[in-house]
Amino acid sequence: MHNLVYILLRRIHVPLIVLLCVYAVAILGFVLIPGMDDQGNPWRMGFFHAFYFVSFMGTTIGFGEIPYPFTDAQRLWATLCIYSTVFAWLYGIGAALSLLQDPTYQLILRERAFRRAVRLITEPFYLVCGYGDTGSTLVRALSEEGYRSVVIEIDQGRITSLELEDLAMPVPGLCATAAEPENLVMAGLKRPNCAGVIALTNVDTANLNVAITTKLLCPSLPAIARAESRSVEANMLSFGTDQVFNPFDTFAGRLALALHSPGMFLLYEWMTAVPHEPLREPLFPPHGRWILCGYGRFGKAVHERLIAEGIQVTVIEAMPAATNAPPGTINGSGAEAVTLLEAGIKGAVGIVAGTDNDSNNLSIIMTARELNPGLFMVARQNQHQNNIIFEAARLDLVMKRGTVIANKIFALTTTPLLADFLLAARNNSNAWANLLVSRIGGVSGDEVPQTWALEITPADSPALYAGIAEGKQAHIGDLCRDPRNRDKCLPCIALLIKRGEAEILLPENDEILERGDRILFCGRFGAGQQMEWIAKNHNVFDYLYSGEERASGSVWRWLKREKDHPAHTEGR
Amino acid sequence: MNLEKVVFAFFIVLALTLNFGFFLGTIDNPVHHSVYELFAAIVVSLIATILKFGDRTHLGAVLLATSLVADLQLITAAVVWAVAEHVTHTGLTPYIMTIIVSLSGGALLANVTSVVLLVAETIAVRR
Repeated sequence: MHNLVYILLRRIHVPLIVLLCVYAVAILGFVLIPGMDDQGNPWRMGFFHAFYFVSFMGTTIGFGEIPYPFTDAQRLWATLCIYSTVFAWLYGIGAALSLLQDPTYQLILRERAFRRAVRLITEPFYLVCGYGDTGSTLVRALSEEGYRSVVIEIDQGRITSLELEDLAMPVPGLCATAAEPENLVMAGLKRPNCAGVIALTNVDTANLNVAITTKLLCPSLPAIARAESRSVEANMLSFGTDQVFNPFDTFAGRLALALHSPGMFLLYEWMTAVPHEPLREPLFPPHGRWILCGYGRFGKAVHERLIAEGIQVTVIEAMPAATNAPPGTINGSGAEAVTLLEAGIKGAVGIVAGTDNDSNNLSIIMTARELNPGLFMVARQNQHQNNIIFEAARLDLVMKRGTVIANKIFALTTTPLLADFLLAARNNSNAWANLLVSRIGGVSGDEVPQTWALEITPADSPALYAGIAEGKQAHIGDLCRDPRNRDKCLPCIALLIKRGEAEILLPENDEILERGDRILFCGRFGAGQQMEWIAKNHNVFDYLYSGEERASGSVWRWLKREKDHPAHTEGR
Repeated sequence: MNLEKVVFAFFIVLALTLNFGFFLGTIDNPVHHSVYELFAAIVVSLIATILKFGDRTHLGAVLLATSLVADLQLITAAVVWAVAEHVTHTGLTPYIMTIIVSLSGGALLANVTSVVLLVAETIAVRR
């Protein structure tokens, strides 16, 4: 606020003084020049009349000569004054207008608007640094779910696209580098309702800076960062960054999961998808010899995981020495048929095109398909602009750097209980996962399931909490009843109950709920809201629990007690 | 030597001296108080005010405030003068003249404060 007024005042010093001087000289001139009144007597204009005349002369020429017609000397002076005052006004207004268009002034205006927008957020919000592929996917998913977020992005073009984006919640965006702590503070890092900082810029060092700043200024705030190199990842974890995501490792891990337990892979994919995504078909990557093109950061991560799965891998790399490729690597880009044949494409079962060039990757896939149509094809997509051609290539699996981690971060930040569930799920067999996936598929329809958590606390579920406190035995099954008709079930499944430190995976319907339980559900989109109704509305809860409509008004409740009372005493 | 400082100090001191010149004389005698001097005092005081715009220091803020006080007093004096001359046609009676001159006396005090602050700042700089 201060800043703005001071800058404005300092910039218009000179025009204001020029205007004032021109006015002073003009007024003085009219006072000094002898005039004549209507009887022809000599008359001098006073300061009052001179000020009045000059005031309207400068702005609106044409009120006439007052109080008496001017002499020629006065007219000469008036002519001079008209030109000089008009010039002074034009100069002053021009200076003020050019100030308003000044880039620095505009910058200050934008920063002020941003600060205010951040200040006006009263709900918890996430501070997202970097609005590239990952950032935009994440912000869209967050706002879809009703979470607020604030964006810092270094590229003005992306900030503009954020402003043009039709998001469900207003998302303030600032064009600045996230690596500077001051910008993070401006974006609300120190505000009490900041729920977490998510660093997703495409520069590892910037992400590192964001994570350090967060951990130093607000140690209790969750910091989530993306890192593409192992050393930065280790560095971030060393000072307590809560979660570090490496897109290459994450994807390679998923591929390995798909290889050894396709059901578990599908469960992961569904649980960590953004809302309203269509359900993915199950994937069955074949076991046998695979060909891996490109041995960069991505190639190394995939290679490591495939080898760990006991799968034979033939690597094709253009610069084997520079990338430290394993022995037996075939030299070449993989886009030519000769190299692929040399790598034994005819006898392979799958191919991973993992170079950092999209056209090369597509070329590898096309050539490979011609040589061996039955291959399982995986490609890495670097640029999101290439979405259409990657879709047209009909690949079995596409690794998009942006969405791979955006989905995971979204799921874990919005439902922290999900991490516990996925961890517990890993200990089970693929057959268990297959069973669960088919159950979830049954309730969720054509879209991915929504996951939500319910806590049995007075704040989160007052009706349920009060009911349990009164000694009612509420079961998981009661929560899954349809509030409109208790004999029907809501399309949802309870995945996990967390009771203190104990975890109950896939609780049965007759599991009795206790105060303080945290329950993770998944189900069709919208079922979560119905369940919230049950947990919060006393009448709905009583109906579902007992099958009777509860008298909702005090009078009816009293009448009902009066009616019940005699029966009660008779029974005794 | 800094030209900005010269201009700044020039206008602040000139505002004081012109104000003093107008104030000097028997308080109710119109002959002792020139209307031109009042006009000059107002103009210079306004320029001094504009020059003080945009200084973010605490001293700058106080200087601006004293200048605004002087402007207010002087402009009120001028308005009283114009009303007496042209609106009520009372003319410059001793009563009216006393009001005008005492208003300018108030402005004088504000201008003195300005100059004292200016001198204090100059001494503190020691360069």
